[in-house]
Amino acid sequence: MSVFRRKPRAIAPVAETKLQWSDDAEQILENGRNRLVVVGAVFALAFTLVGARLIDLAVLQGHDANQTALNDEQRPSAERADILDRNGVVLATNLITASLFAEPRRVLDAADAARKIVLALPELNEQEVEKKLSGGRAFIWLKRHLTPKQQHDVNALGVPGVGFRDDRKRVYPHGNLVAHVLGYTGIDNEGQAGIELQYDEQLSTVTQKASAATNGDPLRLSVDVRVQFALQQELSRAVEEFSALGAAGIVLDAVTGEVLAMVSLPDFDPNQARTASSNAMFNRASLGVYEMGSTFKAFTTAMALDAGTVKIGGGYDATKPLRVARFTIRDDHPKKRWLSVPEIFIYSSNIGAAKMAVDVGAERQKEFLGRLGLLQRAALELPEVGRPISPSRWGEISTMTVAFGHGIAVSPVQLTSAMAAMVNGGIRIDPTLMAKQPMDTPQGTRVIKTRTSSIMKRLMRLNVEEGTGSKAKAAGYLVGGKTGTAEKAVAGSYQRKALLSSFIGAFPMNDPRYVVLAVIDEPKGTKKSFGYAGGGWTAAPVFGRVVSRIGPLMGVAPVDEESKSVRNAMFIRVKAGG
Amino acid sequence: MIGPARTDTSLVGRWWWTVDRWSLVALGALLAAGALLVMAASPAVAERIGLDSFHFVRRQVVYLVPAIGVMILVSLSSPLTVRRLATIGFAVTIALMILTLLVGNEVKGAQRWLSLAGFVIQPSEFIKPFFAVVAAWMFAEQQRGEGFPGYLVSTLMMAVVCTLLVMQPDFGMTVVVAAVWFTQFFMAGMPMTWIIVMGFAGIAGLAAAYALLPHVASRIDRFLDPSSGDSFQVDTALSAFRTGGLTGRGPGEGTVKGILPDAHTDFIFAVAGEEFGLIACLVLVALFAFVVLRGFSRMLMERNAFVMLAAAGLLVQFGIQAFVNMGVNLRLLPAKGMTLPFVSYGGSSLLALAIGMGMVLALTRKRPGSGLVG
Repeated sequence: MSVFRRKPRAIAPVAETKLQWSDDAEQILENGRNRLVVVGAVFALAFTLVGARLIDLAVLQGHDANQTALNDEQRPSAERADILDRNGVVLATNLITASLFAEPRRVLDAADAARKIVLALPELNEQEVEKKLSGGRAFIWLKRHLTPKQQHDVNALGVPGVGFRDDRKRVYPHGNLVAHVLGYTGIDNEGQAGIELQYDEQLSTVTQKASAATNGDPLRLSVDVRVQFALQQELSRAVEEFSALGAAGIVLDAVTGEVLAMVSLPDFDPNQARTASSNAMFNRASLGVYEMGSTFKAFTTAMALDAGTVKIGGGYDATKPLRVARFTIRDDHPKKRWLSVPEIFIYSSNIGAAKMAVDVGAERQKEFLGRLGLLQRAALELPEVGRPISPSRWGEISTMTVAFGHGIAVSPVQLTSAMAAMVNGGIRIDPTLMAKQPMDTPQGTRVIKTRTSSIMKRLMRLNVEEGTGSKAKAAGYLVGGKTGTAEKAVAGSYQRKALLSSFIGAFPMNDPRYVVLAVIDEPKGTKKSFGYAGGGWTAAPVFGRVVSRIGPLMGVAPVDEESKSVRNAMFIRVKAGG
Repeated sequence: MIGPARTDTSLVGRWWWTVDRWSLVALGALLAAGALLVMAASPAVAERIGLDSFHFVRRQVVYLVPAIGVMILVSLSSPLTVRRLATIGFAVTIALMILTLLVGNEVKGAQRWLSLAGFVIQPSEFIKPFFAVVAAWMFAEQQRGEGFPGYLVSTLMMAVVCTLLVMQPDFGMTVVVAAVWFTQFFMAGMPMTWIIVMGFAGIAGLAAAYALLPHVASRIDRFLDPSSGDSFQVDTALSAFRTGGLTGRGPGEGTVKGILPDAHTDFIFAVAGEEFGLIACLVLVALFAFVVLRGFSRMLMERNAFVMLAAAGLLVQFGIQAFVNMGVNLRLLPAKGMTLPFVSYGGSSLLALAIGMGMVLALTRKRPGSGLVG
């Protein structure tokens, strides 16, 4: 039995083992598959994580990569609205640039990095860059507004710890042309002067979402660059010709009050405002206040006629200088006789004007000039608007000197605006630098009678035809105006050789639309002007040339000045009974 | 699909009908993407270090053609040939690694490269695929239950390889080799207690590295708290993904390649993110995931333990490298220099991976009795 029982046993283990091994193998393989699934799941999870992180970075954090969590110091210049002229010509806009910054904590070798950066940007100082890089600060700007080539060069250095941010640079495509009106912006695009400062908030609201309807809309000025260019060029020529210190000029729409051009010389390039001198930055047209001299006689004449203290046919005796207390008032071109009102105007008689004013009286003169806006700051949309200087004690002497434009200092923009009221029918309108809608004619306030204004137009025309303003003529355009030659007060006394020569006028004189002022600061007489440096010789020609250039631009139809109808329209009797 | 006729029983004909063509296409796409990205990223790097713009591009192409050839050639083999190839390769590579330690070129403080016939090769790149196959063989032998101490032998081999790698020193490679070996051991049926012990050993090893090796400690510190030190490369990479957005800045429009020293190798993924955008990056991730998981799914039907373990090991190596590289680029992992398989610039890496993936293709081919029917 034992044999029998042993035999199958001897076979059985082999068979069993084989079977078991096969089961084992199957078991091991099954186990391996399960673990393969586990490893596969781990990989699937890992790759899903990578995908999720990619989406997190590229989509969720992607949009404002440039601006995330920047403090004020690190923020690049903000978006800023454009500034346009009245016809839509761009006067100020933005360029996208790149600005170079450093994170000094991440700079490995400040000396080496500085050396490399200066290689690419030679205008930087190596010591300063190294100092900035080794400061241990979290963030510092190295250079703002790089050109694409500079950016490429710096990038190619591969210096760790430095990077670029998109930045915006304010650009003034017309350079110097509209400098004093526009002003300029600082490195962070914040307004520093001119319109840029005055309208800083409105211009920079582009990025602030909850802003007004004007958000991002360009700002349209009343300025017309074509007119601006004509005025700037003619004034520059005069400054050069007469070796003057500077000049100022304004072209004003007498009906709407819009400033079409405003020039101050010397000027500056607002694209490089930091290099400009304070003299060049000074806006002579709105911030400077000057004793304007004889141009004020237009106001005195209008005042007296309007008050009725003298008739157009009347006049005053100008035989000898006027002595009041310790002052003596003389005429520059003495006629030594009785002068009619038109003669006082065209010969620019100081004596006549003084007497005219005395008859009106100090109180009424003061009130009249106040209504013309000559005694308070002009309501112009610029931070640089000068405060006029008027006599503190307005006695008889003051009344006399103010009558011919001395003892009172006003800005050119005040003068122009007041003169507009003399020729537009007698309505004073605040000057503005903002474009107005065609239908938007301002109300204004009446300052003189329409009849007085009509006489003033004729007087101003007469002055160009027969008086001191003959050099202001512009062929085909009916111009009229008044010269002014003031001695500048320097350190308390008037200087015979330091003149402020001006001419203010309007055209077309039968229905004046545009008032033009040209002021030359300290012109020197030339051979051509026979040594004269007064307004009639220096500023009047500028006026004439400017009118010739802008008349066609503004669509003013030329007329034959000698025609009968024109002569009749402009007729005025010069001599009483003559 | 155009290819040899079904009835074609030549070597190529049989290969075409048995190889996993989906994986083949995915690998081809990765190689193409790599060529494109090296072309995008490397000129900036080359110019910066004073080389001709297309220096790296040309060299990559010089390696790319033989790499594709090697991959196809290896994939023609049978599992047995793969095993023989790997065994010989393993022996040769160990010898070369010893040689490297003796006469190798020292670059940036590490002795990893060997000049051979005008080319500089990195033998340690080749140890990864060869060792994965040899280790799989050892595990499979142990499983056959015929008394061969496969576990022990493979552990000893692992010790030798790791020692040689640490001597270079090359910790990144050591970690990859160890992780692949551990995963293979895990799949081969490592007992639960061992897994726990090994897990603790791994943690202890990392802790020791953190405590003893200052540069490892600094990297982990910087990962945990970016402000504690220089994280320039990773921060730059992150900003690249952010600025790239959905569709990227466009080819050639990237800026990080001009700043990152390793834009063409370790940080090529960031260049892809900046220039080609999120969608392209997700396609890349999907390709890697597809290659790994497709291979795994083929292996679920495999009945031969050696084939399964070898293919899985090679795929794990491929997947870990891809994940670590992308993880570092995306700041999911501490900074560790590792190339993106098939995409980054690097001749030795490309060639070694081609051999490895060639072996995967060979092992995943349909064979009678393999369980892969179809």
